[in-house]
Amino acid sequence: MLDAKNGVVRFDRHAAIAGIGQTEFAKNMGRSELDLACEAVRSACADAGFDPREIDGVASFHIEQIDEIDLAFALGFERLRFMGRTPSGGGGAASVVGLAAMAVATGAARAVVAFRARNRSKTAAYGADPNQGGRPWEKAGTTLSGYQQWHHPFGVAAPAQEMALIARRHMHVFGTRAEQFGMQAVAQRAHAATNPNAIMRTPITLDDWASSRVIADPIRLFDCSLENDGAVAVLVTTRARAADLAQPLVEVLAHGQCDGPIHTDLARFFAHTALFGERVNGAAAMSPDLFGVADIAPSDVDVAMIFDHFTMAVPLSLEQYGFCEIGAGGPFIESGATHWPDGALPVNTHGGSNGEAFVHGLNHIPEAVRQLRGTAVNQVEGARHAFVCGSITDPSGALLLRGHR
Amino acid sequence: MTQFPAKVPIPVGSGDSAEFWSWLRSGELRLQRCDACKVVRHPPQPTCASCGSTERTWVRASGRGEVWSSTTIFPPVLPEFADAAPYQALVVHLEEGVFMVTQPAPGLELTIGEAVEVVVHVVNDDVALPLVRRSPTAAS
Repeated sequence: MLDAKNGVVRFDRHAAIAGIGQTEFAKNMGRSELDLACEAVRSACADAGFDPREIDGVASFHIEQIDEIDLAFALGFERLRFMGRTPSGGGGAASVVGLAAMAVATGAARAVVAFRARNRSKTAAYGADPNQGGRPWEKAGTTLSGYQQWHHPFGVAAPAQEMALIARRHMHVFGTRAEQFGMQAVAQRAHAATNPNAIMRTPITLDDWASSRVIADPIRLFDCSLENDGAVAVLVTTRARAADLAQPLVEVLAHGQCDGPIHTDLARFFAHTALFGERVNGAAAMSPDLFGVADIAPSDVDVAMIFDHFTMAVPLSLEQYGFCEIGAGGPFIESGATHWPDGALPVNTHGGSNGEAFVHGLNHIPEAVRQLRGTAVNQVEGARHAFVCGSITDPSGALLLRGHR
Repeated sequence: MTQFPAKVPIPVGSGDSAEFWSWLRSGELRLQRCDACKVVRHPPQPTCASCGSTERTWVRASGRGEVWSSTTIFPPVLPEFADAAPYQALVVHLEEGVFMVTQPAPGLELTIGEAVEVVVHVVNDDVALPLVRRSPTAAS
């Protein structure tokens, strides 16, 4: 029965991912975000064998520049019944598909597209909105009244600088080593090397990581996500409808959202999380219900897609979602567990945000789907269950997916 | 870092936070304390998350705390800090239980766990910031 436990939705055969689509990922593509979004949505529909005009719901990120009505007009949606957005950038990387799944499972809509389109070129002529054409701090101005007032006067402005303060605390409390973040960077770049869609297809060694420049200690360049253009779309519909479409079924088992502080507000972040013990963003509290509702254990997950604005988000997420003990994320990575093909839990097998592309993590969903269809480049043998989560340092969420092939 | 920049983005705040910066310009670090349940909160808020009271008072902070985390920033991104890079940024846990992003006072380098105290650093006529220095009473 479609229901929820402590806020985690059990979809009980009511929701499935029917199609996935993405554009090329590259720097300075010179295409508008609408152009990119249309291509990705059409591609997701083509993948499913579905007429885009029948899309009646749109789920997107709050930072998305393409409004629902823009997409509807451009693609000829006949009638929109559901529109929803997720907060906090990459915090929505899994939840945006969760929103779509809730809409189709409840009947609020029949076919919902979740999408993200980015043009981050500084030369872009496509708008001067805070999330377009350059970086947020370049547009913050010289007088501050928002969250930036707590960081910018002290010279802290870029996400890498904020994350560095979180990473350093984790290292201090648990003995995590910067090299362990580097090992995840190396693993993801190895995954990207065989992915034709990846921007970074040259593998790196740990020495390469160690000689990449320091952005904000302990974060090095190779720990950082890429800056690129591109778009991703995911078509979600009922399981019954999806079963009649073109692709092997990928069922949404469970979705939960979790609250929490945001890395762009470190005073609240640390007030909320203190020792990274019980909670970082509510994920640790949610995780037992996420797995409970899906009736699987973390050890049943074959492959994980983890939002990785910086590599240290991977160990932090693995800890909070219960794939290892709190504080044990560094050694977990060092053991090789996250590295395909031999690891027990390959993470970001497409290369993630430092290897394939940065699309606020939405590119992680198509990779989870390819793994469950058995069509991934770095295929995990017999993958049946995939875990996907949004940013661990933001209000966020996670999904559990099951493949039927 | 040798010098703190002479010019930084100006925190003007709005509502409750404007008052925080105004106290600093007059030379004091003050924090909001709930009149009803006495919980100290930061960043400033219009209401107490613990008891719901909207009555609050700006109390003088002890200024004592501990370095909770640190980083050394290389590419500065903010033009005001271009000449200062690389420079250290900190998160400090104050005795009152709240956290602040800050920097060491000019010329200092601090490490996690060190006992520190706030010094109000006058950047210019528009801005005074709560930076920290090693606590003189700390044994180490």
